[in-house]
This record gives sequence, structure tokens and C-alpha cells, in this order.
Amino acid sequence: MAVIPTDLPPTTAHVQIATARVPLQLSNDHHLCAGCGHPVAQRLILEVIAELGIANRTIVTAGHGCYTGIVSYADIDAVQVLHGRAPAVSTGIKRVRPDAVVFSVQGDGDMVSEGLHEILHAGARGEKITCIMLNNGVFADTGGQMTGATVLGQRTKTSLEGRDAELHGYPIPVGDLLTQLPGVAYVARGAVNNAGSIAQTKKFVRRAFQTQLAGAGLSFVEILTMCPTGWFMPTAEGPSYLAETIEDTFPIGQLKAMADVIAGDD
Amino acid sequence: MVAQLLQGADAITEAAIAAGCRFFAGYPMLPFTDLLERMSRRLPQVGGVCMNAASELEAVNMTLGAAAAGARAGTGSTGQGVALMQEAVAEAAQAEIPFVVFTMARGQQDYFQCTRGGGWGDYRTITLAPRDVVEAAEHAQLAFHLADLYRSPTIFYGDYLIADTNMSVEVVARDYGELPAKDWAVDGSRGGTGKSRLIWSWDMGKVNNRGRQPDGQWRKVAAKFEEIAAAEQRHETFMADDAEYLVVSWGTSAAFVDYVVEELRAEGVRIGSFRPITLWPFPEKALEEAAAKAKKVLVYEVNAGQMLEDVRLSISDRSKIQFIGGVSVDYSGMRQGDILEAAPIRERIRQAIAEGD
Amino acid sequence: MTAVLTRGTVTMVVERCKGCELCIPACRPGVLRMSERTNHHGFKLPELLPGCTACRACYEVCPDFVFDVFRYDTPIEIEVDAGDVVVGAAGAGATGETH
Repeated sequence: MAVIPTDLPPTTAHVQIATARVPLQLSNDHHLCAGCGHPVAQRLILEVIAELGIANRTIVTAGHGCYTGIVSYADIDAVQVLHGRAPAVSTGIKRVRPDAVVFSVQGDGDMVSEGLHEILHAGARGEKITCIMLNNGVFADTGGQMTGATVLGQRTKTSLEGRDAELHGYPIPVGDLLTQLPGVAYVARGAVNNAGSIAQTKKFVRRAFQTQLAGAGLSFVEILTMCPTGWFMPTAEGPSYLAETIEDTFPIGQLKAMADVIAGDD
Repeated sequence: MVAQLLQGADAITEAAIAAGCRFFAGYPMLPFTDLLERMSRRLPQVGGVCMNAASELEAVNMTLGAAAAGARAGTGSTGQGVALMQEAVAEAAQAEIPFVVFTMARGQQDYFQCTRGGGWGDYRTITLAPRDVVEAAEHAQLAFHLADLYRSPTIFYGDYLIADTNMSVEVVARDYGELPAKDWAVDGSRGGTGKSRLIWSWDMGKVNNRGRQPDGQWRKVAAKFEEIAAAEQRHETFMADDAEYLVVSWGTSAAFVDYVVEELRAEGVRIGSFRPITLWPFPEKALEEAAAKAKKVLVYEVNAGQMLEDVRLSISDRSKIQFIGGVSVDYSGMRQGDILEAAPIRERIRQAIAEGD
Repeated sequence: MTAVLTRGTVTMVVERCKGCELCIPACRPGVLRMSERTNHHGFKLPELLPGCTACRACYEVCPDFVFDVFRYDTPIEIEVDAGDVVVGAAGAGATGETH
């Protein structure tokens, strides 16, 4: 029988090259759906914080969504905040504690719908905070409704036939809007639907935090995540739907960066 | 310090700074705007931060953040703007984040907003209503102390008369007693220790340190407000000991009422006044006692009858309560109208007395 | 019998697995496939075939932190019967990674 036993580490001489123990994550047992992209995004963020050695001066603010649990799962000082308001709360924290590293995590519903005002103004002011948006194009936590980032054709409970420009208008590319603001120093969009994008996204997250450490202005990373539940599809189809549909509207890549943050990379 | 002729907005600013306020955020709206401008000029001079926020939602949430990080922080607006802040005030009450909201109202129509609250859940906000600039300079400091003492947002109820009037006032830093260190405030230092902090109105805690959970947290907070209600009622009476007629008023109206009360006393009317200093917790027992021997309790406020409800709740014999206030606005819509004057107040009191029991 | 060159292996904490199947197309040599085994939650579990290259892709994509990955100091040869399913059949590199 060809199947290899996987319950115990190998006895043959080896080196462990990956561990499921995520730094700063208090438990690996979470309640998110099968196939959800959020846990991978959270892992990248926590790994970057640990690798940069900044855990003992980092504060996270998290909005309302499936990802809110980061405040409970991460061994980081945290404030859970009102829907949409994380950049404003982060501003207050950073202004009175300029030496702290302050970052926020919001979903697309939280940031693009409820909180568009807050992120744009924080960017305009050049607040030295890092804002992360987990974008799955849907208000997943409330059951799967359309957000300001839902893409054309995407089916949600409030766009059952698929988002229609005539009826529902167009999605808002927050990242692209932010690049126009001089106070915004770093903008990137990554995804967690395959190992290559995951590796690239981790680089984006690291550069975002390095931008804050350099005191350069607002740093923003959008991470496209799978939500097979909110997308009404089997978990295995999540990555390809993300690639073919979501990424089509929101292309992956780095949109704005300071030259020396890139140069001093990894 | 020396007594100076200060505009209310300046007196409040100096008092807040004396109390250690080092973060303020606001959005311009009359008659709060002067306070924002003063803070904008003065806070950087004392190493603080004043943010000209892009909305009231932003302002109160910035303040919430600064307070969650341990600073003494304030925000404010007028009634219409404070209306936008309700969710955040309720959130802070449930999450136990202390800050001060300086509501500089356009009159007396925001009593309900402060005492009933437009936010969610079982929460209250201690509300101080100074009668003039001098008391404002004291309350601006007391508000920060009470906020920190109880880890809850408090409200300073001012209005345009407080904001704009110039009075001789000596802003003295007041010591209300030691407070415990804000160990709960987030500064990042506990990251990676296994004991990191979490501030959350639902108190669901960390995976390795489960909090009270919503039920436990909201019961705790509700119990706290009962404790505050018992301990923090404040009031003042004037010529009320043997009063047959007791006029109840609050905030800046009280100065006008007391002026008339003094005149009528000189004319032989056994009249006095009662003023709640805390709109919440309302000094119910003190009012019931003060009104016990009165034939009539006349409620004067420049609105359709808001404190009137608390007066009714306080006095068991409601038949003696009579409302002599009313809605009254000037031509601009932003200031009290012509019933806020000695003559109309006097006329209304005389009429109520003439009507008999 | 054929010999499959195997550079590493994984362990799986199967009780955490939610049967999402994201590891299957992520596996570059295509040595993960879904089995009929289930954990006590009822989720179907993946199983590992010979030919792992220790690329860690399964670890990277797994939302439930199921995988630890090990690289052998020296690659080993694993004998498989002619009739057994062989690497690559499970859709190696099927996730369309680019960038």
C-alpha cells in the first residue's frame, strides 16, 4: 500500500522545515469555515510580527467580521473596535503612543462599505499605521451579503443573480484610491489562494510593517481570501474562483512603495 | 494661577489641560467649535495632540483609541454631532474605556440625549451640567476624574452660554484623589508574553484567558452603573429650606432662575430653587426631600420637558409638579429664545402661584 | 515495483482537518489525495503518497494548520507496486501559481 503514515515525525534523518505552530497564535483550533482564507492571512501577519521582533510593542485593532477573533487568538495587545472605525481608533492609539506599532485588520465590508471614510482620511493624513483588509467580496459573518468590494457577477444574498452594474453599481478599489494620496506610503494587494501568492503576500505584509517602522506614512495591504461559504461553492473551488473572478477585478501586486523599503527586502 | 477674564471655551481648555488631558479630537460645529480651536492651539503647546477629525464618527473613535491606550482624552460636539457619537459612547461604556464628551449644546434640548443615551445596551453616562464658566472650569476636571475612577465615558453638558460667555475665573488644578494605574490600557508591552491585553465590549477574552463573555461583562457594567447611581449624585439648593414653591432648573438656566428667586424672596414669596448638578445620576432623594414641604414644584427648562420626567420620577406626589418651561429658540436656531430671561421666568412663576393648588 | 524518489514527508494533525481539499491541488508533485478516512468530526482526510519534495506548499495553504513538513537529509527511494496510484496523477501544480 503506497500511503505514507503521517501521524508521527519521520525516523529517517531529517530537518523540520515547517511547523504548524504559528508564532504569537494562542491556538490553532479556530471556528472559521473549511477552506476559509483568513487563517492563512492571519498566520502571515503573526509570522511577520514575530520575525521583525516587534510583538512587545504592537497593538492590533480589529473590526467586525469572521476575522475578529484575531484579537482573541493573537498574543498581542488588542482593541476590538466598531465596524468601519479601525483606522480612526488606530490613529488615536498611534498619536498618543508613537513608538508602538499599530495595525488594524478589517474585512472588505468593514473597510469599503462602513469604513471608507475612515481609511481614506487616515491615508490623507499620512497616519503612521498599517491597515490590512481581508477581501473576500462579501459580508460573510452576517451570512453573505454584498459589500462595496463585491465584484460584478458575484452572487451574494443581496445580489442573487450576480452583481449587476445597472442595479448595484461597481466595486470600489480602495487600494487604488489610496495610491493617489501623498500620505500613503505603501499599497499592495496579495492573495492566499496558492503557495506562490502566499509567499508574495507575506513579503507585502513585511514591507508594510517596515514602512511603519520607517515612519513613512500609512501602509496598506489588501489580502484576497477565499470564502467558499459566502461564495456558495465547494471549498475546493475557492482558489480558482478567487483567481478567475475576484483577482480579475482586483489584480495582485504592489501598487506603491518607498524605494528603500523594497531595496532592504528580506 | 490668577483669576482671568476667560471665555468659557478657554476656561474649559485650561481646565482640561490642568486635569492632564493630552488628546482631543473634534469636528467643527457651533457652539463647540471654539473649544476645538482652543484645544487645537493649546494642546500641542503642552505636548498633546488635537485632531481636526473628518467627521464626528472619526472624532469619537480617535478619542476612544487614545483612551484605550491610556491617555486622558476628550471629544465633543453639539447635540446633532453627539447624536452621531452614540454608538461609540455606548461601546466605550461596555468596553470600559474612559473619556470625556464635551457636548456644547445649542440650548437645553439635549438632556435626554445625555441621560437616556442613544447608544445600545444597558449603560448610562455620568453627566455634569455646570451653571456657568466658573463651574465649568471645575467640571471639566471632575469629568476626567470620574471617567477614570469608573472606567467609563462621562459627559460634560455645556451650551453656547458656557462656550461664549466671558467670566472672571481662576482655573485651579484640582486633586480628587489617587486613582489606580491604567494597567488595562494597551501599550503593546504584553505582546508575546502569553498575557496580552484585550479591550472588547463583549469581553470574549483571549483563548488562554477567557473573559467574562457578553453576559458577564454586561452584567458587570450594569452593576457598576448602579454603584455610580448611589455614589455620585450631586445637587445644589438655593433659599430652599422653607420654600413653599420650589423651582427646579439645571445648567445655565439656573442662573436666571436663581436671580428671579432672589427677587421674589425680597417681595415676600417663600420660594427657593433646586438644581441637579449631575443630570445622571439624577439626585432623586435630595429632590424629594427638598420638595417635601413645597406646595408646588415648578420645573423650568428651555425644552419641551425633559428633566421634567426625572422630576416626576423623583417626587411621589406628582400633582404638585408643574412645568413652566418650553421650547424656545432664537432666530438663528442655535440659541435659547426669549423665554430665557428674568421677566418671562418671573411671569410664569407668578402665574403658577396665582393658579393655586 | 518502481522506486519513487522522496525528499521529505509531512505529519498531519488530522483532528484539525476540515476536509477543505486545498492541499490537494497545492501539492506540487501531486502526492496528496483525498481518502475515505474521516476524523471524529466527520471530515474526509487527505493522505500522502511517495514522492514528497518537501516544498511546504501544503503547509502554506492549509487554513487549519494540519501540516508539519520535514526534509530528509538524503532523499530516499520508496518502492511502490506497479498497480498503486503514482505521483502526478493527483494533479500536480494544479493551482495555477504564477506571479
